[in-house]
Amino acid sequence: MGLAALCAAGWLSLGVGVAGVGVADLLSPTDEQLRILTTSRIPRLIAIVLAGASLSIAGLIMQRITQNRFVSPSTSGTTEAAVLGVLIATLVFGSTSLTWKMLIAIGFAIGGTMLFLQMLSRIRHRDGLVVALVGLMYGGVIAAATTFVAYQRDLLQFLEIWTAGSFSGVIENRYEALFIVAPVALLGYLFADRFTVVGLGADFATNLGVNYQRVLYSGLVIVSMISAVVVVVIGAIPFLGLIVPNIVTLWMGDNLRRVLPVTALAGAGFVLACDVAGRLIRYPYEISASTLAGIIGGVVFIGLIMRAADRAGAR
Amino acid sequence: MIELSGVTKTYDGQAVLTEVDVTIPRGRLTALVGPNGAGKSTLFGIASRLIVADAGHVTVDDLDIARARNEEVARRLAVLRQDNTLAARLSVADLVRFGRFPHSKGRLTADDHRIVAAAIAELELEPFRDRFLDQLSGGQRQRAFIAMVLAQDTDYVLLDEPLNNLDLRHSVQMMRRLRSLVDDHAKTIALVLHDVNFASAHADHIVALRDGIVVAQGPPEQIITPEVLSEVYEVDVSVLDHDGQRVAVYFR
Amino acid sequence: MPAGYSPLERARRRQTVLTIVALIVLALAALALYQFAWVTGSWSYTMNLRARQVGALVVAGVSVGVSSVVFQTIAGSRILTPGVMGFDALYVLVNTFVVFLFGSATFMTLSVAQLAVVNTAALTLFGVLLFRGLFRRHSRNLLVLVLIGIVMGALFASLSSFASRLLSPDDYLSLQSALFASFNTVDATLLAVVAVITLMGCAMLVPVLRHLDAIDLGFEGAICLGVPYHRVVSWCLLVVTALVATATALVGPITFLGLVVANLARQLLRTHRHRPLVVGSAAIGVVSTVIGQLVVARLLNQSTPLAVVVNVIGGIYFLALVMRTVRL
Repeated sequence: MGLAALCAAGWLSLGVGVAGVGVADLLSPTDEQLRILTTSRIPRLIAIVLAGASLSIAGLIMQRITQNRFVSPSTSGTTEAAVLGVLIATLVFGSTSLTWKMLIAIGFAIGGTMLFLQMLSRIRHRDGLVVALVGLMYGGVIAAATTFVAYQRDLLQFLEIWTAGSFSGVIENRYEALFIVAPVALLGYLFADRFTVVGLGADFATNLGVNYQRVLYSGLVIVSMISAVVVVVIGAIPFLGLIVPNIVTLWMGDNLRRVLPVTALAGAGFVLACDVAGRLIRYPYEISASTLAGIIGGVVFIGLIMRAADRAGAR
Repeated sequence: MIELSGVTKTYDGQAVLTEVDVTIPRGRLTALVGPNGAGKSTLFGIASRLIVADAGHVTVDDLDIARARNEEVARRLAVLRQDNTLAARLSVADLVRFGRFPHSKGRLTADDHRIVAAAIAELELEPFRDRFLDQLSGGQRQRAFIAMVLAQDTDYVLLDEPLNNLDLRHSVQMMRRLRSLVDDHAKTIALVLHDVNFASAHADHIVALRDGIVVAQGPPEQIITPEVLSEVYEVDVSVLDHDGQRVAVYFR
Repeated sequence: MPAGYSPLERARRRQTVLTIVALIVLALAALALYQFAWVTGSWSYTMNLRARQVGALVVAGVSVGVSSVVFQTIAGSRILTPGVMGFDALYVLVNTFVVFLFGSATFMTLSVAQLAVVNTAALTLFGVLLFRGLFRRHSRNLLVLVLIGIVMGALFASLSSFASRLLSPDDYLSLQSALFASFNTVDATLLAVVAVITLMGCAMLVPVLRHLDAIDLGFEGAICLGVPYHRVVSWCLLVVTALVATATALVGPITFLGLVVANLARQLLRTHRHRPLVVGSAAIGVVSTVIGQLVVARLLNQSTPLAVVVNVIGGIYFLALVMRTVRL
């Protein structure tokens, strides 16, 4: 059923835009309309589905590794570190080399996430909300440092492009790098159970015959790669990796095998909905998907925090 | 006299107190006893206006504490809570001075200073008066908070488990002190106690709660009996007589 | 000093007073440096411009310092300040919606002074409603407040960017110019209005300062001492929102400035009493805005706004503070 809904929304997405291709034209497009579809609308749809699904899976993996439902790439510094990486790459190599940008962003994302995990292991009192607070602030500090560097080098405008994810720039030949996330996310999908085991601690994992270090680091690399690639190609989409896994888990419980595909689907659907709404609200202008995701995500996040607090209070 | 009538409190659909009527007689030491989860702390919170009851009234003499000005209540009723974590870093003397707040709004007169000094002396806190609370042991901290309550100099004093963190010697001293406040200074004291034998030895009046209902209230002779205590705590209790003092035994 | 204080206490109190005096002297020195040093070009023009800038820095510094210390106390936490709770992001949001609702045409007909008053009023109303609700519901769990505050900051920023996309380009431009009153040409009327609001706010706090001392004992502790807790907290929230609005109108949102200033004040003054705390924090606020602006202007050649520099330093400080608090 969810899949059908996603297909319908995808259909709608193909039919929304400034150039004259309506929903009704999709079944029998003219040549001109077909060109618009293949160069712009279809790539955009693919990019949305890839980014939404992979980021949600990354969020779920991060949740499992830290055993904390408030940790996700976009609330714990991974995304911010990737943005800093892109900025540094631009400063060092100029703005041309996509490969370098991506590699450096991935490197920064891995480093940033590792540092966060280090900090977590230092906190004795692992209250879920404390971890969330440290994560948010840590991301904030990296973001502030990034802004500082950008100001020094007059790159603020570039920075805005990377920090505010938008799918409006997605056209044929300019988004294909995003396909990298598909195998990576699939890998995460296959190893999902082990991440849960690792999240329960080194002793526990070793007891169950799982190589703690190796699984932990592979999880780290998977999450960082997904976040960094999406940042480089699309930009940051706030709260996505946080709220989608949370909502799905609230609704379906904790069984990973069942939750994972739904999380991917829901992530794609959420981004798609944001993107289509962003294109319709102030037609013919666009409001970026990340702005809408920031609003919806913020409200949902606050709701989740209050829910967690009320439960803790009731106990 | 403090009177609680028809007090009811529900949390998330679970009744914590149901239609409780309790009288805390004037000029006496009243002990509130009962097992964990009996509703002692909730009842205490309602009597000290920190928790709002769903139904019922609390009056201190003729004053309805839900309607009266908070300031007015604070001059008649002093409260020692169980949880005393503070955001501010205070010295013992700073803390005890807060006891004078209801009277002088923080602008201390010579009289206030005298009362503060007396309260510090009463609890033997002079050596620590300039220490910060986070530099004290649990028992010293507890005494500092009790000194603050004393400095408030009210007719009525409510204490929630004042023997928390105190060893045997200090517990006995504390109960004697409270006893002398009642006998020599005409104060009315009500306190939540965990140990029925302290209640038996020092209280004039005992209120026993279980599951949010008053099971019994009356003088120690009526409450410290095998029948009543077994009903309240749901374990077999025998009561021995030791030089005219009733001692509950319940360890086996 | 009346009897009843031990020699050690008297020494501590003297120390506090001396520290405040030193801070005020430092603030004045920094102001003088800002006003008179490195003058190039026309003396009278520079003096005039800098006097207005100095005025803006003083008003903003006082507002930030006072509001942050007071807010920490009513929130019962050293890591909660208006900036951390998203108050200044709220300022941007409220302004955006004012333009959105009334259009820039109405917006432009208002004088700078009227605009400042409208803004402050709107923010104060909205802020008090919002945060009072939060405080009542979650006053026992600080962590929840901090988290919600931070997320709200992000949410307000997204909402503002959303609303600004809905504006016509003209409206958007006039909003931008109204939001961040250019610090390089501080408007004299705006400065006067804002200064009056700040002064009024500070005056309104004077009667409740002693109550704030008792509120440091927490909700229950304060109630037991007969403090009209909810009344004092609402009153303080009202003043704090107004002060934040004035500071933000002058120098823009600086999220972590208040956090650093208020905690420095508590560390340096070593007292729990709010009369010295508020004065000291105001002085530290002035010192940091003026020195910060000097650094930005002289060392960084105006390339980076004050807010960015403060946020890097303040963010790290905040993180360290959280890690330390949490370990206890």
